[in-house]
Amino acid sequence: MKQISIKTKVIALAVIAIVVIAGVTMMGRPPALKVATTSSLYDTGLWEYLEPKFEDKYGTKLHIFYAGTGIALEYGKRGDVDAVVIHDKPREEQFVAEGYGVERVPFAYNYFLIVGPSGDRAGIKGLCAEDAFSKLMETGSGDFVCRGDDSGTHAKEKAIWQAAGFGYEAVQQAGAWYIETGRTMGPTLLMANEKNAYTLTDNGTFLAYRSDLDLVPIVETGAVLLNVYSVIAINPERHPETNVEMANDLVYFLISPEIQGLIGNYGVAEYGVPLFMPCAGQEPEE
Amino acid sequence: MELIVSFDPEVMEITARTLRIAGTSCLLASLISLPLGSLVHFRRFRGKRVLVNIIQTLFSVPTVVIGLLVFVLLSRTGPLGDLDILFTPAAMVIGQMILITPILLGLTISALSGVGKEVVETATSLGASGFQLALLSLKEARYAVVAALILGFGRAISELGIAMMVGGNIRGFTRVMTTAISLATTKGELELALALGMLLLLLALVINIALNRLQQR
Repeated sequence: MKQISIKTKVIALAVIAIVVIAGVTMMGRPPALKVATTSSLYDTGLWEYLEPKFEDKYGTKLHIFYAGTGIALEYGKRGDVDAVVIHDKPREEQFVAEGYGVERVPFAYNYFLIVGPSGDRAGIKGLCAEDAFSKLMETGSGDFVCRGDDSGTHAKEKAIWQAAGFGYEAVQQAGAWYIETGRTMGPTLLMANEKNAYTLTDNGTFLAYRSDLDLVPIVETGAVLLNVYSVIAINPERHPETNVEMANDLVYFLISPEIQGLIGNYGVAEYGVPLFMPCAGQEPEE
Repeated sequence: MELIVSFDPEVMEITARTLRIAGTSCLLASLISLPLGSLVHFRRFRGKRVLVNIIQTLFSVPTVVIGLLVFVLLSRTGPLGDLDILFTPAAMVIGQMILITPILLGLTISALSGVGKEVVETATSLGASGFQLALLSLKEARYAVVAALILGFGRAISELGIAMMVGGNIRGFTRVMTTAISLATTKGELELALALGMLLLLLALVINIALNRLQQR
């Protein structure tokens, strides 16, 4: 019996040693800039494209979390990230006003559009976004798939319902034609495609997914459909542990002429049109 | 499929990271569970039955709830925020340990319950210490103990909620197979997602075979 226990002790010690070594090597976080980004910038592949360029230029790792604007702002408020990259102007302004963010810096934009089945069952083609929503609501003749996840796109959708004169709760209870997924843009598009339904999407994600979809653009005009992406560094006065210098590097990186040029050309080779328009720190004209 | 056959470096790296994280969780959890399980089994105390019931109830905690709990604990404004380990593999290991420790603990206790009384009585009459008794019993129950380890490892390697919430699916740092599958699905890359899923099952098969070999020795 003694033999077993010695052997076992040796094995146990070896195991513990391995675990401790593995644990120690894994515990350390390499110096990295933590950024929470809206999923539409991730699903389109823009971040995968820009990430190595930032890392090369500043010699630091970039840790990117993709999430809806709602959860990205929550990470920012808690100080779990150093910067947020999102697209919901009213909430961004509130975020800065409440002292969580340093400054809202717009760096790119595109447009939202309403996509749907090519047959356009509800007959909303040619209408403006508000009228199209009104028609869907009044006739209930077409299914609509909603993000339902508090993302920037979801916020825009709610704003359009409001502009069309409907309270959002009334919309949610309007009937089985209104489908809330709670998922990011890509899966929401795929679901709308399966259900032959309409949905509101940003242009970038739609183009990136277009080859997998039978959906076509239905409504693409109207100032309300403007979609502006901004970067906000987290305020070091609120969260001193965050790395505001690296966050500022990211802000300057994104609005630098070189990167603005790359953003403006991103996707041209693959989709024939750019997915994003650069706007170097300026609010784009509606 | 090409990605697996061609040993795509990113896929290999994700696979290695997955094994490292799930393996560490499983080892640490078993270092806690095997001694603690023996202790619970051999000691008589009030409320033992209640304790076992609680442990077994914890088998069913959803991973996303554990993810949320660990997130709130490790978040900058949380009680352990100063550790600065949110969105690191260490945070994932902590979450997975919370997930599988009750499983290993509960199954260790029931494995030991299956050891014949005569074995325990003989060992005790030969003057075995508590430690030796526990070791002998675990050895007697090794089939059930290894099955528990396989289950614990399987749960750790296949969970998504914790990895996503406290790991953050950072490319090259905390991306593991399940979060990679989730991302590929989100991006509509269904073939890649399926290939990764198959690779995960393949790994589980290899590990099962290895562990079974070990217990037969």
